[in-house]
Amino acid sequence: MTRYITRRIAYSFLSLFLLSLTIFLFVRVTGDPTTLLVEPGASQADVDAMRERFGLDRPIWVQYASFVQSLVQGDFGQSFYYRTPVLELYLSRLPNSLLLALAAMAFSLLIGVPSGILAAVRVGRFWDRAGKVFSLLGLSLPSFWVGLVLILFFSVYLEWLPSSGSGSVWHLLMPAFALGWYFAAAHMRLTRSSMLEVLGSDYIKLARLKGLPESLVIAKHAFKNALIPVLTLAGINLVIMINVAVVVETVFAWPGIGRLLYEGITFRDFPVVQAVVLLGGGMIVIVNLLIDILYAVIDPRIRLEA
Amino acid sequence: MVMRSEAVPLTSRADFVRGLEGFPLLPVAILVGIGLVAMFAGVLAPHDPEVGSLALRFRPPAWQAGGSIDHLLGTDHLGRDVLSRLIFGARVSMVVGITAVMVAGAIGTGLGIVSGYLGGWVDQVIMRITDTWLALPALTFAIFLTAIVGPSEMNIVIILGAVYWTRYARVIRGEVLSLKQREFVRLAIVAGCSKVTIMRRHILPNVLNSAIVLGTLMLGVVIVTEASLSFLGVGVPPPKPAWGLMLADGKKGLMVGYWWLTVLPGSCIMLMVLSANLLGDWLRVKLDPQLRQL
Repeated sequence: MTRYITRRIAYSFLSLFLLSLTIFLFVRVTGDPTTLLVEPGASQADVDAMRERFGLDRPIWVQYASFVQSLVQGDFGQSFYYRTPVLELYLSRLPNSLLLALAAMAFSLLIGVPSGILAAVRVGRFWDRAGKVFSLLGLSLPSFWVGLVLILFFSVYLEWLPSSGSGSVWHLLMPAFALGWYFAAAHMRLTRSSMLEVLGSDYIKLARLKGLPESLVIAKHAFKNALIPVLTLAGINLVIMINVAVVVETVFAWPGIGRLLYEGITFRDFPVVQAVVLLGGGMIVIVNLLIDILYAVIDPRIRLEA
Repeated sequence: MVMRSEAVPLTSRADFVRGLEGFPLLPVAILVGIGLVAMFAGVLAPHDPEVGSLALRFRPPAWQAGGSIDHLLGTDHLGRDVLSRLIFGARVSMVVGITAVMVAGAIGTGLGIVSGYLGGWVDQVIMRITDTWLALPALTFAIFLTAIVGPSEMNIVIILGAVYWTRYARVIRGEVLSLKQREFVRLAIVAGCSKVTIMRRHILPNVLNSAIVLGTLMLGVVIVTEASLSFLGVGVPPPKPAWGLMLADGKKGLMVGYWWLTVLPGSCIMLMVLSANLLGDWLRVKLDPQLRQL
């Protein structure tokens, strides 16, 4: 098991290395990075100072080494707009993003899991078909449009909910729905297929042979086991939600990381954009690693395979 | 899983009809319809989509009080005709969507074949890059790339291709790994075909089915991403009529209840994406039993 985990950690480091290299090269290869890294409208002296600081005359691998060195030290540069270190900005927005993601996750599981179970138990019949239509709709409706229609309905016509901002539970409802909608469909699909697989297994047949009532078989024996892959996916999706909420946060003016990214684009604040991509990718690599390790601890088949 | 008769070449008329079982007629009709509208946008649109008259701004659709038959679906904040913008927007979505899917498909299929067939360190390198790119959140990555190269229709296509090729590479590589063991490939090796010839003549035709299925499924994803980028102001640059851009503009009239500026372009995106997904779903089951679990 130690060997397996060591190898997984090594792979993750390799991924992080490639991630930073990719971002680094994209910025360097597509032209003069000073145009991106220096504030718009800066003087020639500022440009020269920046060249000096980044050592753009040095060989590219030396540049890369110093780039990685500053990343490891948590230095993601200075925001042009806010005039503060980017990492500080990012961390100050993270709790808001996390709150939104958790609410969206709760919503997507509340919708996705029961409907997935229902579809699996009634496979091929009405509820299964209805669920399929629902999940296709969920995967097809862009979240920002869902958000705009929600605003139109609940804020403009009914005047029930605030259309933007944060601060209360009421502010959270619509963005969480808009963000969770897509994931509800994904969670439903996985719950359904996972339930179907479990329901076909021998121990379920045995439970039925014992004469247990069907509701108990489904609730106690099947549901618990079918939930494992769904919760794994939910864990990854929580991190993904934090990183893809940019449109939803823009629509509802929710002050999270997505909103930070949007401000980064509109104010041409490149260090912010770069940091959001790097940290988002890094977060996903690390969560994938944690899940792999967790699985290895739980499931001996995985660690013996290695 | 029960293998159905679709795998057998269709010969008689009855077989042909059975092969079309469950054919998503409505979605395909919608896609073809949007395609035709995109093609003949110049003839169909009643007004210039990029020029409006400020005197006529925020006119509601014809059936509402204050609307006129001249602007059937109303006008936007610059007095531009919404119907004309929707019609020309179909062109943007179709062109960007289809070319981006093809760019991503070409890169991903190519690398997937090379990676799967050659194996060894080439495979290792390509797959590690694929894993890394998959870890980057797609929309954030696309935004980052537009921040570097600047937004234009051409750049959006390249960026979407660069972001989404990884999905193809993974699946195609997996298929190549099993194709490699098949007899016709071994025979080709014995017959002295070069690696390039085998990949091009023997492997490629056999993974095209999967590539097409993936492409159809990706079309929806790509269109939503393009709309999101345009919505955020880093996609198709204004005043070009893109549906995502129309939604961003529509936000300005949202709080006063100008619903047609958001509901209409959004419905167009939804219809197109839903149709593409339904068609992709059907194709997946019909053409490619291996992809059914996707």
